[in-house]
Amino acid sequence: MTVRAFRSAALALLGIAGAVLPAAAQDLTGAGATFPYPVYSKWFNDYAAKSGVKINYQSIGSGGGVRQISEQTVDFGATDGPMSDDEMGKAKGGPILHIPTVMGGVVVVYNVPGAKGQLKFSGDVIADIFLGKITKWNDPRITAINKGEALPAQDILVVHRSDGSGTTYIWTDYLTAVSPEWAKGPGKGKDVKWPVGLGGKGNEGVAGQVQQLPGAIGYVELIYARQNKISFGAVKNASGNFVTASTETITDAAAGVAKGLPKDTDFRVSIVNAPGKSAYPIASMTWLLVYQKQADAAKGKKLVDFLNWMLVDGQATAAGLDYAPLPSAVVKQVKARVASIAVAK
Amino acid sequence: MTPSNAAAPLPDSGQGTPNTAIDGQDLQGGGWSDRAYDALLTAFALCVPLLLVLLIVALTMAAWPALKQFGFGFLTSSDWDPAAEHFGAAPAIYGTIVSSVIALVIATPLAIGVAIFVAEFAPRWLRQPIGFLIDLLAAIPSVVYGLWGIFVLVPALRETVMPFLRDTLHLGATPFFSGPAYGPSMLAAGVVLAIMILPYISSVSREVLLAVPRSQREAALALGATRWEAIVGAVLPFARSGIIGGIILGLGRALGETMAVTMVIGNRHEIAASLFAPGYTIASLIANEFAEASGDMHLSALMAVGFVLFVITLLVNFVARWLVWQTSGGTRKVG
Repeated sequence: MTVRAFRSAALALLGIAGAVLPAAAQDLTGAGATFPYPVYSKWFNDYAAKSGVKINYQSIGSGGGVRQISEQTVDFGATDGPMSDDEMGKAKGGPILHIPTVMGGVVVVYNVPGAKGQLKFSGDVIADIFLGKITKWNDPRITAINKGEALPAQDILVVHRSDGSGTTYIWTDYLTAVSPEWAKGPGKGKDVKWPVGLGGKGNEGVAGQVQQLPGAIGYVELIYARQNKISFGAVKNASGNFVTASTETITDAAAGVAKGLPKDTDFRVSIVNAPGKSAYPIASMTWLLVYQKQADAAKGKKLVDFLNWMLVDGQATAAGLDYAPLPSAVVKQVKARVASIAVAK
Repeated sequence: MTPSNAAAPLPDSGQGTPNTAIDGQDLQGGGWSDRAYDALLTAFALCVPLLLVLLIVALTMAAWPALKQFGFGFLTSSDWDPAAEHFGAAPAIYGTIVSSVIALVIATPLAIGVAIFVAEFAPRWLRQPIGFLIDLLAAIPSVVYGLWGIFVLVPALRETVMPFLRDTLHLGATPFFSGPAYGPSMLAAGVVLAIMILPYISSVSREVLLAVPRSQREAALALGATRWEAIVGAVLPFARSGIIGGIILGLGRALGETMAVTMVIGNRHEIAASLFAPGYTIASLIANEFAEASGDMHLSALMAVGFVLFVITLLVNFVARWLVWQTSGGTRKVG
């Protein structure tokens, strides 16, 4: 009895393994950031339909993407935060190029009983709220930029991401840029030591807590807020205008930064607090990570072809999924960067 | 299990003995197929301890850089700062233990009560459906518990339970139920865990209670005990070691539970006396930070908290074995 049962179980297992394994054949494999996963998977689908090249992408997180490309276990990586010089030095396959693909923004969400319209925020106010120095919604510094709103004497409750994420990186990158005290204290990173507040897991965790807790303030990706119809605040940019996040205002931010970039930039640049009248200040690029020297001729060519397709046809479909496309000036520069990839003959 | 044995009349067991002897001889003197089967099973059996050893080695090696750099301070410091690469896991260790203890305190009496009802009082037709429904609790994915926690439990705690505990019962005077009631908190984590471990404790307890020989009850009743006295005095002591086993099984599950806890505990690196305050657990910490951890020290620190969780679980199991061993010694005296 037992032997027979065991034997049939073993056979069943073999059957499952046999059914799963052959499906693994792919032309290119990549791994990394979760934030751009929806647009990447659309691109890979569209590209497979057009060229027949199949790309398998695992959205395991930026940290995993950096580790896997460094270990050469994937053909390309993807990250929401640029690699440090130290990390670049450890990559086994030589110099790594950062290829910007799309941009995303992070927005301020809040739950203020009695607030009628869209609230306005400035960098120093947000930083001091997240540092725990502004603790009431009717603080004079908040009411000064929100004339016409009768804000309540409600305690502010900060909600932040508990999981390491590119969203937190962009958010803390911005706070570091606008507040010297934040720069000294928590600093920037995918996880930081939060002075105050509760942690929620994922955009949904933060948004869920903000919506439930009166007086709460938090931050989520623009895409998440748009797709879930959550209203969010306008933020004062470097030119002094209050700007609402959208794919256009984020592209404007990149365009503002691009003007000041050197010709040979490696694109590991931050676009927070960007110059430009209509630039939204809390935004970032997301990158694909590829080796400059492609040892495998066939794969290298497929990868370069895909990157060039992405920079033209791919960009056109990004905004439909609420990702901000690269400004045309940047696309031109990135094309030159892609051309510098050396594919083995 | 045991009830059929105990209830069986003597001649039956007399017949059983020679049968098993023949079976044993058969196995020993069998052909090559039996020996091959024997070797295969031995290999399988050895795989498990081997896996455990490999796990310990891998975990220790990965955790070593962090343990070496932060030393004992890793266990006592509350400073978890990935940006500055300072790591102290005290809040997570504290939260893991406290949330599990809250869960046990809530779940154990409930689960044992349910088990006693099902095994002793429930009419036969009710036994099956109740047992089935409770076992079903164990089949719900933990992320579903987490979502339920966010949308139902946490608002209920914030608006009803916490103000009731703090103001109506005046427990706010103690440090454990004071402070603002946000909702996501150690208490919320404990309550979700309690619901999640309840089916484990109650199923094991129920089976153990059902396995208590009828003679045990009959003897107590014959001595003039009421039904309640028979349960407390004769049935529960007999089942004690099994029930403790069930509680430990629940505790083990509570210590390692990740998703549901992460969603309701508030994820804050702080040790607070108040159960209304947010906290952290080791499993949540790893789940939250592992995917995006890129620094070597950060990864190593996460491995190190994993190592600490492993040690805590081992300790709990040792204590459990010891308790079961102690109480089963007691059972024999009673039986």
